[in-house]
Amino acid sequence: MALLLQYTLIYASVLLLVALGGCFSEHSGVINLGLEGIMVMGALGGALVMKYMESLPGILMLLAVMIGSILFGVVYSLLLAVAAIQFKADQTLVGTAMNLLGMAAATVFVKAMNMAENVNNVSSSIQYIEQKKAFSLLKIGKFELSWFMVIAAALLVVSHIVLYKTRFGLRLMACGEHPQAADSVGINVCRMRYAGVLISGMLGGLGGIVYITAGVSEWKFENGVAGFGFLALAVMIFGQWKPKLIGIAALLFGLFRALSNVYSGFDALTALHLPSTVYNMLPYIISLVILALFSRNSRAPKAEGIPYDKGQR
Amino acid sequence: MNTKNEKKSFFERAGVQSVAASLLCIILGLLIGYLVLLCINPAGAGKAITSILKNFLYFPRPEVALEYFGSTLAKSAPLLMCTLSILFAYKVGLFNIGASGQYAVGAGLSLYLALAHGMPWYVCVIAAMIGGGVLGGIAGALKAYLNVNEVIAGIMLNWISLYSVNMLLTKVKEASTTYTAALRTNSPGALLPGAGLNHLFSDNRYVTIAIPLAILIAAGVWIVMEKTKLGFELRATGLNLNAAKYAGMKEKRNMILTMAIAGALSGLGAAFLYLSGIEQWSCAQTAVPAMGFNGIAAAFLGGLNPIGSIFSSFFIQHITSGGSYVDKMIYSSQISDLISAIIIYFCSFVLFFKSCMGRAVGKGRKGGNR
Repeated sequence: MALLLQYTLIYASVLLLVALGGCFSEHSGVINLGLEGIMVMGALGGALVMKYMESLPGILMLLAVMIGSILFGVVYSLLLAVAAIQFKADQTLVGTAMNLLGMAAATVFVKAMNMAENVNNVSSSIQYIEQKKAFSLLKIGKFELSWFMVIAAALLVVSHIVLYKTRFGLRLMACGEHPQAADSVGINVCRMRYAGVLISGMLGGLGGIVYITAGVSEWKFENGVAGFGFLALAVMIFGQWKPKLIGIAALLFGLFRALSNVYSGFDALTALHLPSTVYNMLPYIISLVILALFSRNSRAPKAEGIPYDKGQR
Repeated sequence: MNTKNEKKSFFERAGVQSVAASLLCIILGLLIGYLVLLCINPAGAGKAITSILKNFLYFPRPEVALEYFGSTLAKSAPLLMCTLSILFAYKVGLFNIGASGQYAVGAGLSLYLALAHGMPWYVCVIAAMIGGGVLGGIAGALKAYLNVNEVIAGIMLNWISLYSVNMLLTKVKEASTTYTAALRTNSPGALLPGAGLNHLFSDNRYVTIAIPLAILIAAGVWIVMEKTKLGFELRATGLNLNAAKYAGMKEKRNMILTMAIAGALSGLGAAFLYLSGIEQWSCAQTAVPAMGFNGIAAAFLGGLNPIGSIFSSFFIQHITSGGSYVDKMIYSSQISDLISAIIIYFCSFVLFFKSCMGRAVGKGRKGGNR
């Protein structure tokens, strides 16, 4: 039970962070389908910090890893920002390209790095068994509270306040609803959209490192993040683009993802004799069902996905 | 001023601009790929990029090169089907990122029928088309009736189908490996007929009727899109959903139909690959097939034109296969995935490239007339 709770919370943190990222980007008017790629890049950034600064003490390690992954995520999200905002490119296409690029680039990079160290090591994995211990805040019995759970919860509160209580957040949302109107009252739509996309890069990158350190102490970058970026988008849609609801949605999805890790510990579930593949499929099936039920009255920002054109009415 | 009779100059033709923009994407993609190779190891970079570009020409003996040319073609045919699938859906304004899942289902059904029931090849091919078509239809129906974003639904379906197919094909896998049993020894009747084509490629047995069929289907897609009422309706739905509805077209039916056709094309692609016996499905696969994503690259690189797709699919497969010839002691074969990803990224700038070209040509003419 403790393990289920732990995995639920950690996967919920991942989904929460990434979905909040998507939320900022979409509220500014840019659809970020590249979150998957941003997660991979963020994970790479964090993993590199862990690999090359392995001697950092506890809390400094945590900070350094977070900075590493945020930096990689933000820089990578610039690819979307420049293409979608500056060049008015098709956002679906750019997002898809970023997902493929993220995975390919991370694989090529890690493989090259491993091969440079040892010619016979052609794997695309990075190990961080010792370094990972820095992320544990406290242990109660089998349950291990991770720093990342606390940080994700804090960022949820911060996101809610930023979006609804600050001038910046309200302006950001105006750009996603009606950019022409926002422009007419002197808001710089371009700058706001850049801010939205870069914040999503930040949160997506952070989500990436939380994901790869969630259950394992080694990550094979060839595998990417297995559709988690898209699960996060489903969480965001289910949460109707509102941070509070996204929090609840993330917990629900986190639970289903956690089941595939720990189902064997429950007698009731093992008695069903379902193959493990079924549990692997579960989060995707649930999200498809939920999307089918809740997409009809979508509260999506009105102007998302449409490049801003000053002359349009 | 332009008069009506004045002929458009060479660079003003839409086709020429599309080709030029695609070539620009390729050049930029290769350039950045080369830079990445340089960063990893400057000494072998030149050799690596040429081996990616040379692919089968890597082999000095012409008959061997010809044989590997055949293999590249045999893999290009399935890619072309995925490309057509994405292109077809895109014309209707839908982004069929689920091509990978439809491809997986096609592979699953065709291999299962072949290995478990010993069905002949045409039954397997039809089953693959139906499987992919149903999956595509589901994504289309979700979009049409429940407003589910087809990209997210497609990704979810990709993973669901990957896991289901792994489960299904575990029943027909080889005892000692994770791969499905070889068709040639277990169910030769399910192999696509070669129809003598294999003799043209130094007896490469993977060269089958899939290759000419794929090209014929590309031409067929072009005809359907451009010359039939159905194609007109589909394109109209893509351009403006509400206008199509207003004009009395059944926009929901069109959406589902499009996705079903797109799905059937992807499923057919899988049958083309796996029923040629060139590859076996690994039941331990943890990533959705790359073919569907490479199809996205090829579709946009081909300027979203079925005929252009024939060339772009070949090119993408050419560099993907070429990736396996780089020096594995220094580089990884994923470098060609990286190059195709960069090419897709630049493809999203195609509109911008074209408007730049248009402007440049316009300026040139103004100067010339005075």
